[in-house]
Amino acid sequence: MTHQFPSLSPEQKKELSDIAQRMVAPGKGILAADESTGTMGKRFEKIKVENNEENRRSFRELLFSTDPSISNCVGGIILFHETLYQKSDSGKLFPQVIKDKGIVVGIKVDKGTAGLNGTDGETTTQGLDGLSERCAQYKKDGCDFAKWRCVLKISDSCPTSLAIAENANVLARYASICQQNGLVPIVEPEVLPDGNHDLLRCQYVTEKVLAAVYKALSDHHVYLEGTLLKPNMVTAGQSCAKKFTPQEVAMATVTALRRTVPASVPGICFLSGGQSEEDASLNLSAINQVPLNRPWKLTFSYGRALQASTLAAWQGKAANKAAAQEALCCRAKINGLAAKGEYKASGSADQASKQSLFTASYVY
Amino acid sequence: MPHAYPFLTPEQKKELSDIAHKIVATGKGILAADESTGSVAKRFQSINAENTEENRRLYRQLLFTADERIKPCIGGVILFHETMYQKTDDGKVFTQYLKERDMVVGIKVDKGVVPLAGTNGETTTQGLDGLYERCAQYKKDGADFAKWRCVLKITPSTPSRLAIVENANVLARYASICQMHGIVPIIEPEILPDGDHDLKRCQYVTEKVLAAVYKALSDHHVYLEGTLLKPNMVTAGHSCSHKYTNQEIAMSTVTALRRTVPPAVPGITFLSGGQSEEEASVNLNAMNQCPLHRPWALTFSYGRALQASALKAWCGKKENGKACQEEFIKRALANNLACQGKYAASGASAAGGDSLFVANHAY
Repeated sequence: MTHQFPSLSPEQKKELSDIAQRMVAPGKGILAADESTGTMGKRFEKIKVENNEENRRSFRELLFSTDPSISNCVGGIILFHETLYQKSDSGKLFPQVIKDKGIVVGIKVDKGTAGLNGTDGETTTQGLDGLSERCAQYKKDGCDFAKWRCVLKISDSCPTSLAIAENANVLARYASICQQNGLVPIVEPEVLPDGNHDLLRCQYVTEKVLAAVYKALSDHHVYLEGTLLKPNMVTAGQSCAKKFTPQEVAMATVTALRRTVPASVPGICFLSGGQSEEDASLNLSAINQVPLNRPWKLTFSYGRALQASTLAAWQGKAANKAAAQEALCCRAKINGLAAKGEYKASGSADQASKQSLFTASYVY
Repeated sequence: MPHAYPFLTPEQKKELSDIAHKIVATGKGILAADESTGSVAKRFQSINAENTEENRRLYRQLLFTADERIKPCIGGVILFHETMYQKTDDGKVFTQYLKERDMVVGIKVDKGVVPLAGTNGETTTQGLDGLYERCAQYKKDGADFAKWRCVLKITPSTPSRLAIVENANVLARYASICQMHGIVPIIEPEILPDGDHDLKRCQYVTEKVLAAVYKALSDHHVYLEGTLLKPNMVTAGHSCSHKYTNQEIAMSTVTALRRTVPPAVPGITFLSGGQSEEEASVNLNAMNQCPLHRPWALTFSYGRALQASALKAWCGKKENGKACQEEFIKRALANNLACQGKYAASGASAAGGDSLFVANHAY
């Protein structure tokens, strides 16, 4: 506790810090294309496409071979293990295709959730076994960052202090191992939107969870400047009767983050959860307009919120490729603007009036 | 854990937040004039002045009545219990006098350190008993903020995990109680500069201590926007053979704070510890020129670093009153500039500081 046993050299720290900064450069965010095979199956089912390896390769090829200008809005792409070793139509490995566009390649490294006995259905996340060796290999194979998702839920009795402590600890172990291998860890403690709780309840829980996460990261000697956070936005539960405006969501979110996330963290890349593409963009833009000091970049790490329209346009048909890519570019551009607080929904008032929607007196 | 039981109303939160912001408004910092009777004895002894209640009153009066030049410099003044109830020559209570000068009144509420058995001379701080009632009374009597000092030290075996956790916890309890009475708690986890450890060691320990403090504050549901932090600057130990530049100290300090102090905290008011008046100003200035983004105000809460020369000039003699005040005003003005990054140490130019930062030094 009293002595430091430095585990990262100055060069290693600089490398991690540089990678993180590149990923969240102004106007850029992350495309989360790391759906596991099972999850991809759910996406494909909606558009009646068979969930086989070739179709998954085809869809990702569509995403990654989009117009190079997408790198103006996308700083990093997260891949699933299978995808890291697949090739584009031209025979080039996907990581190389992505790198050629100046985009950083990332890899999902967790192995899914596992039940915590004695709790009300709460979980931790597994994947630490052999993680160091896997990270070393992923680094060789072109990755510069990783992602690990922990899940917490809000109910009358949850999240419990066990769930909070256990998930914070496992995230810190993962982060520590990644950094040893030159991978920037994206730390994702998702608090699910399921439930009928209101905005304040979500804010309270998010603050407690994030305080525990950053204490664990400190305990595990993680180099914060070489990490990114991927949290949920603070929103009311999906079945909450009361509806909240993007400004209320933004204020609650930024307040929670200001109370828990140290300024040395370079960027916060929100997950979209169950939000629609448009809501995810509107909320992100509102977040970037909150009149409070925000020392970290506030951007996106969207899966569904970037791909929903793309999938719908594609329908599994090669003929629809261009239209599908157009849809992706469109959403990417919008979120790039949102990450700068410059996105306004079509037909709505200008910047100045958006500011006034912030209820200055609402105490969070 | 999953449910909030809010105990501060929106109005109470606003009051706390407003007070905190007022204390650390641009250019302003805190005069720590809360030396206990025993501490004053040491100060007075060095200038051969008798440690009587009247002398203590006269000396504090000199500081508080310094002319309007100190108004843009002093946002708050911390008092010792006795001083809260003393008056000016004209019969006005000090608290009222200070308030009329637009300075926020603060009160030291801890009751000193006590040993932690089984440790290598480590301590915790007492004062929680009846603190709730004492705070209610202090608020009535004019105090809007409070101060509580915890102490940690660096040696090969300290600070121990127990010392860190226990002091963090007691600070959080104190903070929580203060807020219930509209009093902004200044949280002071001082890591002593005694020792021969280097800058990096101090930075490491400071980071661990502050991480524990903010976790405890979160656990105790303290409203961060209504608190202030009073930490040590990150420096090498007094007997460390290597000397560090002001920029190295600033960089280490700001890095440690950026890694641990949430942006919601409105201000960080450094203690001066054993630093000289000039060193304390120059270091504070370097902090405010540091090229890293700093989301909180970085200012001063100085005792000795504001009063050393003033005390010497006074020497307990009435005829030296003006000279004493001039010295105090001089330091107040210097620190007013330093907390804005505009202070030029004698002989140096204010703008020169920036380039002295070593960009590559990894902290």
